[in-house]
Amino acid sequence: MGRKSVIQANSPSNADTGKGQVSDTPSLDRGQIRPEPALAQKLLEVRDLKTKFYTVDGVVNALNGISYSVDKGECLAIVGESGSGKTVGVLSILRLIQSPPGRIVGGSIFFKGIDLLTLDDRALREIRGGAIAVIFQDPMTSLNPVMRISAQITENIMAHERLTHVQARAKAVDLLAMVGIPTPAKRLNDYPHQFSGGMRQRVMIAMALSCSPQLIIADEPTTALDVTVQAQIVELVKKLQAELGTAVIWISHDLGVVARLADRVAVMYAGHIVETAPVDELYARPAHPYTIGLLNSLPRLDARTKTKLQAIGGLPPNLLGDLRGCPFAPRCRFATNRCREENPTLAEVAPGHAVACWHDELTRAQA
Amino acid sequence: MKNEVLVRVKDLKMHFPIRAGVLNRVVGAVKAVDGVTFDILKGETLGLVGESGCGKTTAGRAILHLYRPTAGEVAFRGVDLAKESPEYVRRARRHMQMIFQDPYASLNPQMRVGEIIGRPLRVHGLVKDAQEEKHLVTELMQKVGLNTSYRDRYPHEFSGGQRQRIGIARALATSPDFIVCDEAISALDVSIQAQIINLLEQLRDDLGLTYLFIAHDLGMVRYISTRVGVMYLGKMMELTSSDELYDDPLHPYTKALLSAIPIPDPPLERQRQRMLLEGDLPSPSNPPAGCRFSSRCPLATEHCRAVEPKFREVTTRHWVACHLV
Repeated sequence: MGRKSVIQANSPSNADTGKGQVSDTPSLDRGQIRPEPALAQKLLEVRDLKTKFYTVDGVVNALNGISYSVDKGECLAIVGESGSGKTVGVLSILRLIQSPPGRIVGGSIFFKGIDLLTLDDRALREIRGGAIAVIFQDPMTSLNPVMRISAQITENIMAHERLTHVQARAKAVDLLAMVGIPTPAKRLNDYPHQFSGGMRQRVMIAMALSCSPQLIIADEPTTALDVTVQAQIVELVKKLQAELGTAVIWISHDLGVVARLADRVAVMYAGHIVETAPVDELYARPAHPYTIGLLNSLPRLDARTKTKLQAIGGLPPNLLGDLRGCPFAPRCRFATNRCREENPTLAEVAPGHAVACWHDELTRAQA
Repeated sequence: MKNEVLVRVKDLKMHFPIRAGVLNRVVGAVKAVDGVTFDILKGETLGLVGESGCGKTTAGRAILHLYRPTAGEVAFRGVDLAKESPEYVRRARRHMQMIFQDPYASLNPQMRVGEIIGRPLRVHGLVKDAQEEKHLVTELMQKVGLNTSYRDRYPHEFSGGQRQRIGIARALATSPDFIVCDEAISALDVSIQAQIINLLEQLRDDLGLTYLFIAHDLGMVRYISTRVGVMYLGKMMELTSSDELYDDPLHPYTKALLSAIPIPDPPLERQRQRMLLEGDLPSPSNPPAGCRFSSRCPLATEHCRAVEPKFREVTTRHWVACHLV
């Protein structure tokens, strides 16, 4: 029984219907808002997004005006260290920021031409888990421990699609088979604690895929996993992305995983995007001193000769209160007075490669 | 002098009993470490890698006698600590210290930094008076790159990287010969990891320290280690010099582990072939018969599933436990 569903899930006809759903009949178009024609080609476009947290200690400027876009079927990686705003940046897309204390104070988020920030709660609920799905970092805390897997997957399917319970369950079996869970029909009745970490993350991916999303937001989905299991999950996402044509925003601090998976990379620091480029360009010709520093502070597994690691001195800035100048200036060896006074904006230095640095010519010459 | 053995681990076993039922009877055991043998040479850094649950942390703790080993022998400078009195072990601890994984959990939040670093000095009676302690603490803080004016601050006022420096200063306080670094950088951000690694290397060279560096980040382990041991389900699978392990891995598990690690080089990554392992780590309380890795090994034969391979030296100083090598 289990075997049969594996074959079904991998059969070309099934994959085709999946694809058809993605590109032709987006569930979002049921809505009443008409997309703006000029923006129709980009799947997601974030413009000058600002999110702040109003805490007892003061205002935390978590996002200071970030702009990026994702094309259909593309994998955008957002790279940054803890506190750089990479998670807040994507949770803001679905307005999943807890409020209070958090609030989106400016900017716009266009998904297929519709500004998500103007939608009411009901319309937004339709998109969450439907056209845009999220995979969270920790599969143990993001699955309900007292609900069977079957209930958790079918709940999402039935919330978004008109299916009977039996149909939803059959779909759940197919999904589990698609993400490589052995004997899916049997495992469907298990509770989350009966799965290992890697298997739980596969369940999360199956749930994310359940309504054929056009965009999957994956927030450090492999950080809690061991390397051999991480490799399994990365290959699975790569394969599913190629088969279903889903766009992915992959948030990570692991530059190795990003090199394997991403088409384009955005590097974040202190709530700003400091550099964005196609993946090959970014690794071959990094231009922001922070990106260069990150790449130089990693030892390479295949390095034959030992070169001393170039650590970035100092600490990331505290985002409490207003920052003046470039946020990286206190740790930057190229910093000048101008850097300490004025914050540079993103400027294109090569096709598709933009950097927020006053001295990018200098840094590129030295890199 | 060069090849002097500082720590000798022989057939070390560390089992934790599983209790169940009303009578709390022992019904089984988690075989966290199940017979590992290796030496740590003076002045070297031995890396210990493996996935979670492979027993690398338990091995590190058993070596420091934080656990009483179930069986086997750990000799520090030729003396088997399991046979010595508790008082002897306590005094010997001065020479072997540990840097912990979590810089948030391993520092007492109610103690000031100066007290945290100075405590080992007092415990081991290494200082005569408060004046001398203050002087030594200042020296230690400088050594690890902490601002000495912070001595009266509490741990919560520091970032993760700085806390790890406090932990390092505390470990150095008793002038140890041997330090177990248990995932000492895993909780830190990439740019801070490099700072700590550089500090550990510099201290090793300046003070002639020997490290057992336990980590799951194989890139960092290759960078800092002289030799590397790979563990799987409580057993050592392969042990050799760090260059040889990465250039010429012999054990199928080592090969799979290395191929699973992505390299930050996109064109290279697209070409690399993955050797994907099926399934997950089996439970250490019920490991597979024969070779521990046989349930996930793509090359496993009937022989592998029946007979456990010996850990043997196949070429000079290259140890492997596999029937097929």
